[in-house]
Amino acid sequence: MIEIVWFLNSQSAKVEVRKWHKSMAEDFTTVIGLEVHVQLATQSKLFCRCSTQFGAEPNTQTCPLCIGMPGTLPVMNREAYDLALKTAVALDCEIPEFTKWDRKQYYYPDLPKGYQISQYDLPMSSGGTLAISDSQDQFEPKQIRITRAHLEEDAGKSIHDEANGKADSEIDLNRTGTPLLEIVSEPDLRSPAEAKAYLQELKLLLTYLGVSDCNMQEGSLRVDANVNLHLETDSGSAATPIVEIKNLNSFRAVERAIEYEAGRQYRVWQETGQKLGEAPKQTRGWDDAAGVTRGQRSKEESSDYRYFPDPDLVPVITLPEQVAQVKASLGELPAALRQRLTTDFGLSEYDAEVLVNQGRALVDYTLRVADLSGDAKSACNWVTQEVLRVLKEQGRSIEQFQEQSVSSNDLAELICKVKSGEVPSARARELFDVMAREIYVSFEDKLSFEEVVKSLGIEQVDESELIDLCKELLGANPRIVADVQNGKQQAVGALIGQAKQRNPNVDPGQIRKLCLELIEQGFGSAE
Amino acid sequence: MELLSLLSAGEITSVEVTQGYLDQISAEDGAVGAFLHADVDLALSKAAEVDRRRQANEPLGRLAGLPVAVKDVLCDTQMPATCASRMLENFRPPYDSTVVAKLKEADAVLIGRTNMDEFAMGGSTENSAYQLTRNPWDLERAPGGSSGGAAACVAARMAPLSIGTDTGGSIRQPAGLCGVVGLKPTYGRVSRYGLVAFASSLDQVGPLALNVADAALLLETIAGHDPLDSTSLDEPLPAYSTLVERPLEGLRLGIVREHFAEGLNPEVEEAVRAAVAVYESLGATVKEISLPHSKYAVATYYVIAPSEASSNLARYDGIHYGHRTDISAMQAELATEQKAFLAAGDQIAVDNMDSPLVRMYRRTRAEGFGSEVKRRIMLGTYALSAGYYDAYYLKALKVRRLIRQDFDAAFEEVDLIAGPVTAEPAFKLGQMSGDPLAMYLVDLYTVSANLAGLPGISLPCGFTTSGLPIGLQLQAAPLAEETLIRGARMFEQATDWHQRRPEKKQS
Ligand SMILES: [Zn+2]
Repeated sequence: MIEIVWFLNSQSAKVEVRKWHKSMAEDFTTVIGLEVHVQLATQSKLFCRCSTQFGAEPNTQTCPLCIGMPGTLPVMNREAYDLALKTAVALDCEIPEFTKWDRKQYYYPDLPKGYQISQYDLPMSSGGTLAISDSQDQFEPKQIRITRAHLEEDAGKSIHDEANGKADSEIDLNRTGTPLLEIVSEPDLRSPAEAKAYLQELKLLLTYLGVSDCNMQEGSLRVDANVNLHLETDSGSAATPIVEIKNLNSFRAVERAIEYEAGRQYRVWQETGQKLGEAPKQTRGWDDAAGVTRGQRSKEESSDYRYFPDPDLVPVITLPEQVAQVKASLGELPAALRQRLTTDFGLSEYDAEVLVNQGRALVDYTLRVADLSGDAKSACNWVTQEVLRVLKEQGRSIEQFQEQSVSSNDLAELICKVKSGEVPSARARELFDVMAREIYVSFEDKLSFEEVVKSLGIEQVDESELIDLCKELLGANPRIVADVQNGKQQAVGALIGQAKQRNPNVDPGQIRKLCLELIEQGFGSAE
Repeated sequence: MELLSLLSAGEITSVEVTQGYLDQISAEDGAVGAFLHADVDLALSKAAEVDRRRQANEPLGRLAGLPVAVKDVLCDTQMPATCASRMLENFRPPYDSTVVAKLKEADAVLIGRTNMDEFAMGGSTENSAYQLTRNPWDLERAPGGSSGGAAACVAARMAPLSIGTDTGGSIRQPAGLCGVVGLKPTYGRVSRYGLVAFASSLDQVGPLALNVADAALLLETIAGHDPLDSTSLDEPLPAYSTLVERPLEGLRLGIVREHFAEGLNPEVEEAVRAAVAVYESLGATVKEISLPHSKYAVATYYVIAPSEASSNLARYDGIHYGHRTDISAMQAELATEQKAFLAAGDQIAVDNMDSPLVRMYRRTRAEGFGSEVKRRIMLGTYALSAGYYDAYYLKALKVRRLIRQDFDAAFEEVDLIAGPVTAEPAFKLGQMSGDPLAMYLVDLYTVSANLAGLPGISLPCGFTTSGLPIGLQLQAAPLAEETLIRGARMFEQATDWHQRRPEKKQS
């Protein structure tokens, strides 16, 4: 039902024709809508107090309620609602004052009550947006409309054991009742790259909000893609039947599956000419190893879920003041941060993206360094180049890094000292590496910045000292002087190496400049 | 309560009281069939414990040592909870319902589990999968239902107090037909946690007793807000057991025009009108009121209740607990079917055969449920189906709102509404078994209170010439249980209908 509505909506939207599949001769647009199920990071389940911890022994995180025992009654977990509300507000959704719970009814062994508590006609939010863009310019920045985001409980897990010629199924109900936020997009996505960007941006937002760990391996983030093609033919516009693709276990799988499915639908279209409405909506599963989608047997006559309001639960009332409060508490979100880093701090879009994608803690670190040093550009450069490199090498988190090694204060001090010349820029990276290498268990053990500087013998070299050194080197290397005079300026490089050996604190650029100046003045020439 | 005073005064022990009721059960229940399960040892050991603690001057609960019977639909870790269904024949709940927990906290002696219509669906207790319950006033007649065992055990003095549930009249109607007091509280007044659901938006737990004061005491014990039930009301709980003795002054009593329409048994009408006259003699003013939408109440009820039931009973699928069909028999059945289709060369039939899972569901539910439960599951499934939802379920919800509005308007003008509980006194066993619709119409006067969420009480107000009890129903505004019991007690104090008892049924 919902997918048909999407289709109608998208008819009125301007259809953007983008040919991303090069082998296709005819123009078509791939129209994609995504349904994302996000497991909310609550301690306990949506309607009982069982733990939501992943990986426990099967059926150990259950109670009479989540195994559907007679007489049990659900009580809403307020934390789950609050996390959902936070997400919906961050997605710019409308939050109605009144939302209710409905029962979605079907029979399946991993659904012990015979119904799933979900939200049907009055979801907790609707009508949001998520902006996507691509720093590699694969597509134009665009706003993806969010149809709705609603809360529901997860079902259990069926484990089919078909070994030994048996067809036994085992059910693990640990997951039953885990809170899920289903975020449904409008069919506004037009290519696998856009779909991937949408998912990445959504995941980043969820991570910033701290509402989910978004771990796809553990099923904390699940994606279904609704895909069809809009084609321009001689006899006008047409669309292929919508296919829902399930079993997408990574963003890469989403990209590949959509790409495959578009090609498949195009072939079927050429063979059959079947249009939307001429075939029922189909569900296909993605086979990652084979790289194909396969038709799935539709669930036992499941088309009619007989939704009705759950009489065991009371509606949830959310007043505009509460929504405003949530909005005010969100903090700066990825899109706004990227914007600030490019416009205020002069970062390239690419660097801003790199930084923001690393998560809120690293951005906060960077912003603190920028603030303390008064040099945002240097702060960003140090973080994107040196800090990220060290984190990757050491496999540490930014939290560990700043606590055990280089605090935002330390890095800010380094930047300031380099700027003032107290620390020769030639030795700044070496100094940073030493600081980054040390792992202090306690604050008391920690060497001060000055102590590290001292231990490395770093000191400012004044210009007269440098001139003396250059003169000495030029006098000892008449060949090089001659080479330079004959136009081979690069020959001066050998002198820089020697200078650094004599005094590691010298600035190579300065040595080069001074030497060339001295040669120009005629110093060291064979008279 | 007299028995409670004797117990607390130490003039009688709980073991003596409990043994007395157990003896009465042995003597009478063979004929009446009110109990599905009675655990003599458990009851006596609880009684002995209370006696010991009383001896030691330890603090004791409100009902200390007093036997209470519980309808077999409320979970109790120490008892089965079959709901009178084959589906839950061997079900032992792993947790206590809030009502049972409160009774245990009150140190009541839970003496046994009473018979009922399967999953509380019915008005005669004939839908029990296990046994018939007979009306103690006439063993050829039904005790009413679905709390038939709960009412019959009190009427036959096999328990001084009992717990029933009322979804469309299931406490008030059997109380009326058995000549005892039965009270359905406001929806949300008593926790539904641990009550095996029939229709969640209508179900309510309530007390049955020999008089209004005892019912008030039991209500006070089990009522109150429960965080485990989201629909439970967080409202102050009046001290019903003491307030009950204060008569209402200036009582405004409403008589519903529609209640005295065609179809009301003349003896019942006479008794109810006489009861109204008693109120007038006690100083009440009587006013005729109208509940124009009440004529739609039964139809509305039989859309909403089965809709919710069809969903609530989906969980009995043979997977996780409860009855499951014999799997090898099921597999053999499928194999035979397939063979026959193949022999006939009917490949389409082979392709359309049930999967083993679907056949397991079908057989499990076909075997586990009785016909009335199946009928209601089908009614509800139909009413909620795509294409019918608006015409049935949604419309029923709208009418339900109108029914509530009728009552809201009525309670602007009157404090209590008085009327019959049922149109007829107790009917013969089997009399309506072939006619489900006639059975549904028995709820005519009681379902409105469930749809509107109001409290209602049934109390004895007379007898037919053939000696069958007649019940008076009083209804009050939501949360006005205090008015309800004080008004009911006034009548009881002025009459002695509640003191009559059926002859002993020595078997
Ligand atoms: Zn649980």
